Amino acid sequence: MGTLIEEIFSRRAGGTVQAGEIVLLDVDYIMSHDNTTPLAIKAFREIGKPILDKNKIVLHLDHAYPAPNILAAENHRKILDFVKEQQLPHLFQQGVCHQVMLEEGFVTPGSIIIGADSHSNTYGAMGAFGTGLGSTEIGVAWVTGKCWFKVPETIRVELSGHTQPGVYAKDVMIHIAGLLGMDGGTYRSVEFGGEYIDNLPMHERIIFPNMSTEIGAKCGLIAADDVTIAYLENETPAKGPFERIVPANPRYERVLEIDVSLLAPQVACHPDVDNVKPLMAVEGLEVHEVYIGTCTNARYEDLEIVANILKGRKVNPLTRVIVTPASARIYKKALKNGLIEILIDAGCIVTGAGCGACIGRHGGILAPGERALTTMNRNFVGRMGSPLSEIYLASPATAAATALTGRITDPRGCL
Amino acid sequence: MSKAWTFGENMNTDEIIPGRYNITIDPLELAKNVFCEVKPEYVKNAQPGDVIVGGQNFGCGSSREHAPIAIKGSLAKCVIAASFARIFFRNAVNIGLPILECPEAAVGISEGDDVEVNLSTGEIINRTNGRRYQANPLPDFVLKIADAGGIVNFLKMHDIQEVLA
Repeated sequence: MGTLIEEIFSRRAGGTVQAGEIVLLDVDYIMSHDNTTPLAIKAFREIGKPILDKNKIVLHLDHAYPAPNILAAENHRKILDFVKEQQLPHLFQQGVCHQVMLEEGFVTPGSIIIGADSHSNTYGAMGAFGTGLGSTEIGVAWVTGKCWFKVPETIRVELSGHTQPGVYAKDVMIHIAGLLGMDGGTYRSVEFGGEYIDNLPMHERIIFPNMSTEIGAKCGLIAADDVTIAYLENETPAKGPFERIVPANPRYERVLEIDVSLLAPQVACHPDVDNVKPLMAVEGLEVHEVYIGTCTNARYEDLEIVANILKGRKVNPLTRVIVTPASARIYKKALKNGLIEILIDAGCIVTGAGCGACIGRHGGILAPGERALTTMNRNFVGRMGSPLSEIYLASPATAAATALTGRITDPRGCL
Repeated sequence: MSKAWTFGENMNTDEIIPGRYNITIDPLELAKNVFCEVKPEYVKNAQPGDVIVGGQNFGCGSSREHAPIAIKGSLAKCVIAASFARIFFRNAVNIGLPILECPEAAVGISEGDDVEVNLSTGEIINRTNGRRYQANPLPDFVLKIADAGGIVNFLKMHDIQEVLA
């Protein structure tokens, strides 16, 4: 009996738990990456106890990979030495951690996964509880296999209707961020559902839990259904049977009802994710870099949307257009199906898979005064480089249309 | 005296310490760049025991523990805020950075005010204008971790189950 998060936690707790209670739960997987693992190793060494279950630990090198400088290289060395020392079975170096977690089948309905990365909320797309924590708690969980949680209250976002051509899940989620604000979901579980979500393919669903982080949420959840099961069975090595956990007589703190039918393309403008405007309000604004990448919007289908718009055209010669596939698997499929060739012919630079330019360490750093339009989820001041640069967030289609002109451009004119 | 350094609403982790500096885990190295873009004078002029004061949603954004570590490394006594973002809250407790949630103090303290904080009672006194504030009490299990000096020290002495015992 309860919201989706209450149902997921109750199964794990072995009895009904409700919002407000503190629970200590076994976790299924403990994720960290090159940015956060060194501190987890430090905490682990200080605790001085052995790892409980090596199979639970999943490590990724993706944030500054391959190493752009000596300090990053030292971090990677430290992690690889640790993997060797502890004989850890799950190490990945071929893409953004969250995408690889999904592709490799670590995320299944009802599972509980903690990650030393704020966008671990992404796993909610599979009906799993995923949340971001700091490195010390990761080191603690390596030793204990457990983590404490306060069962959160839930905000239900009920989405109806169908988007118009040129409008995507990203536009809908940016719109929601504008409505709820960047602290509108703090400490809450945000449950996304309704007719619109039911009809959405997995690559579009992922946007909602992924960006629930930007409104402060502890987790963003979508109940597992046929789409989820089909994804798990066809795209991942995960083994069923998979349980379809759904809310049962839930009591929501708040319900937000949105009809997406009339929504136009949206842009989250500098300097905050909730500084949301319809694209037409910023149309024509000059952009110096277009970055298509990250755990939000660099899946195969996103690259396909971009390639369809750029096919046979050239990007604006004074605009830097960078495409960073979310994973090597996506890169390979895009290569095989000719998408990469289209992107290169259009004038894009295609980089290896990973977090790329998103964290301002390599792969597309912004100069003072530069403005980027990106498919990222976060536009904090200085995130991509100079504190005097600006970041605008939008869908892959808007990014592609903008790449052609060097100015923020409505994709509906070039579909 | 403890001088107050005030910051606005939604102070995010990139503003506390930009991602490009998170390549080290050394608290003193991180502290050299804490708040470097939003308040560069902090690093130059802050004294040990000074107090950070923020608005709503302090520490939002990334899960990077580097943010509370950088503040702790700067030898600030504590962070007072109207509210904290959830990962920052956990991280601060886990690494032993004292945090006090007090919306009234967040509004009632100005940059440069002389502030006295009693960490065990949660009482905050603004000596510049004489006002007193009481911070929201921390949950018992959080106090247990905080009293041990962070989760690592707690685990050296206890089993994880004892957090909730």
